[in-house]
Amino acid sequence: MKKEIVLGDEALALGAIDAGISCAFAYPGTPSTEITDFLIAKKNEFGIQAEWCANEKTAFEAALGASFAGKRALVSMKHVGLNVAADAFMNSAISGIKGGLVLAVADDPSMHSSQNEQDSRYYAEFAKIFCLEPRNAQECYEFTCKAFDLSEELGIPVMVRLVTRIAHTREEIERRERRAQNKLDEEMKWNEWVLLPGNARIQFKKLLEKQSLLEKKSTQFIEMKKGTGKGVICAGNAINYFMEVDSGKTPFLKISAYPLPMEKIKEFVKELNEIIILEDGYPFIEERLKGMLEASGKKVKGKLSGLIPLSGELTPESTKKALGLAVKIPFSVETEFIVGRPPQPCNGCPHVDLFNALNEAVQEQKNAMVFGDIGCYTLGALKPLNAINSCIDMGSSVNLARGASIAGTKTAIGVIGDSTFVHSGMPALAEAAKRKSNMTLIILDNSTVAMTGGQETIAKGKELMHICEGLGVEKEHIKVINPLPSKHAENVEVIKKEISFNGLSVIISKRACIQILKRLAKKK
Amino acid sequence: MKKNILICGVGGQGVLTIAKIIVMAAQSQGIKFKQNEVHGMSQRGGSVYVHLRLSDSEIFSPIIPKGKADIVLALEPMEALRYAPFLSREGLFVSSSAQLKNIEYDYGKTIEKIRELGGKLLDSKKLAEKAGNALTENVVLLGAISKKLGFKENTLRKALIKAFGSKEKSILSTNLKAFELGKNALL
Repeated sequence: MKKEIVLGDEALALGAIDAGISCAFAYPGTPSTEITDFLIAKKNEFGIQAEWCANEKTAFEAALGASFAGKRALVSMKHVGLNVAADAFMNSAISGIKGGLVLAVADDPSMHSSQNEQDSRYYAEFAKIFCLEPRNAQECYEFTCKAFDLSEELGIPVMVRLVTRIAHTREEIERRERRAQNKLDEEMKWNEWVLLPGNARIQFKKLLEKQSLLEKKSTQFIEMKKGTGKGVICAGNAINYFMEVDSGKTPFLKISAYPLPMEKIKEFVKELNEIIILEDGYPFIEERLKGMLEASGKKVKGKLSGLIPLSGELTPESTKKALGLAVKIPFSVETEFIVGRPPQPCNGCPHVDLFNALNEAVQEQKNAMVFGDIGCYTLGALKPLNAINSCIDMGSSVNLARGASIAGTKTAIGVIGDSTFVHSGMPALAEAAKRKSNMTLIILDNSTVAMTGGQETIAKGKELMHICEGLGVEKEHIKVINPLPSKHAENVEVIKKEISFNGLSVIISKRACIQILKRLAKKK
Repeated sequence: MKKNILICGVGGQGVLTIAKIIVMAAQSQGIKFKQNEVHGMSQRGGSVYVHLRLSDSEIFSPIIPKGKADIVLALEPMEALRYAPFLSREGLFVSSSAQLKNIEYDYGKTIEKIRELGGKLLDSKKLAEKAGNALTENVVLLGAISKKLGFKENTLRKALIKAFGSKEKSILSTNLKAFELGKNALL
């Protein structure tokens, strides 16, 4: 047994390596990024392919393609990334897989660095696939190994759901022997993969028929201590908090896999009259059990009942309160003493200079609508820059500007990063070019995925210009500027000119991320 | 042995390095650990913390419950106050007295509050400069709490040598000096 100190994310990556993956695909996103950072760093050592993709959908499809070729593949993303990959994800459950396919999704309850705290267990249920929920790094490792076994045995993708606290906790794990990779298998499965209605209906029935088997499998991932009176059903990270604060006397059912093991749940609750449900994320389990348990006269308490807050991550404190235990905080500090310290753009960040120029350029136009996107530059929405006014979803700035322009605004501006543009801004720009929309798109080309730690971007510099041209933007309205304080005045002029042009303009603001430059300088 | 240590500061101050050295020391004595970190947004000059839990037996929660930290170590006064609710009644509360001015707050009021809570303020920045490099402030503070960590004599020192041994000799000696200065500062 080899021992290693790793983050939960990295333990998951090691699990995939030892399960015998051949490929890994992902788009960066906190708290999932370290899975693929790790795999890319180790790809030569382990003889696997690992790469950053344009977005989560392309990553998922690439993983499915590798699986269709017989190999095992891991695809990783943050929770909101699964929205982007959802089309491929949902249908891969119908088509089924060949080589083991595991989807690692990292949810972010409390929105430490996300726009929402959606719970991926709903997606697993929606697609009718199997889902595992590890509660520490060792389980991240073991469950990922098992997820590949189950994927190949059941013929469907398997999800491993993490939450931020599990993804970003470092621990020592034990590894087992590495399994060999699968052989290439080029046999095409027309009946399964061509999801025309004739095939899809049959495939869907097969998936439905597997459901009882899936439920049986999830009973292998439980731990139960029966009893009377009040009992606890807990899952994933919530198991940690329960174990942390409980006296050891409360009956419990620990759940680490979905679909819910209903037979075991019925067995567990038999002698109980009150069930407290602990879970990190939405009240997924509580919603599924509430009706059944209340109909048999039992009390069900959790997030829905108001015992635990509906929003935000579960904590040791909320768990204590839920179990009726006192929370003692000897040194509380009144909020008047605490001043927030939000993240800030780095010193010398090119985005800041661009935002200063943009703010000056739109100063005279009181009704300018400036939309932002997702990346480091989202910090431009905060004081003192106050330069952008939206952060909805990846790539949205382009079409928010276009839609506002169609609605009648005279000055519609989208601000997007190089990676976010390639992720999902390109189709929107093609529409804007085709419709000759009256808007300006500013692409912040810092030539990296900066927010998540400087991952490789798909297109930068000239490549971005060529993409814009290819999508139909007029060449004379694709401008490249260098966001430096010394070029402030001329940059303001370029922006002013392009936003006053009655048509589509793209301004590429090109200067490398300061952190990446520092890193390169260190290497030298 | 059970120790809950919350280390906090501002992105770039070396919070993770302190945790790394403590973990190396714990490992050399066969002590289990769990270390929850902040990644992502907070690295951009934002508030950063590590929940570090050491124990002989299995550790469950990845984060320290409020009121259960044996040590709260802050590299910046406002961060000290932010994480003070984690401190246990008998806990050790140590903060650098040096303000990191990327936000504005009432320094005097903050320092007063830390003292009121029984916190020990250390001019660790000055000691780091004395050691030869202001960037070793984190190691000064590690030194300051070292006696309360419950390791055997020299375990932390050995971990420091392991952590900095592969770098230039002067880096190691500066850090060892910083550690000693910190160790003797809170007598």
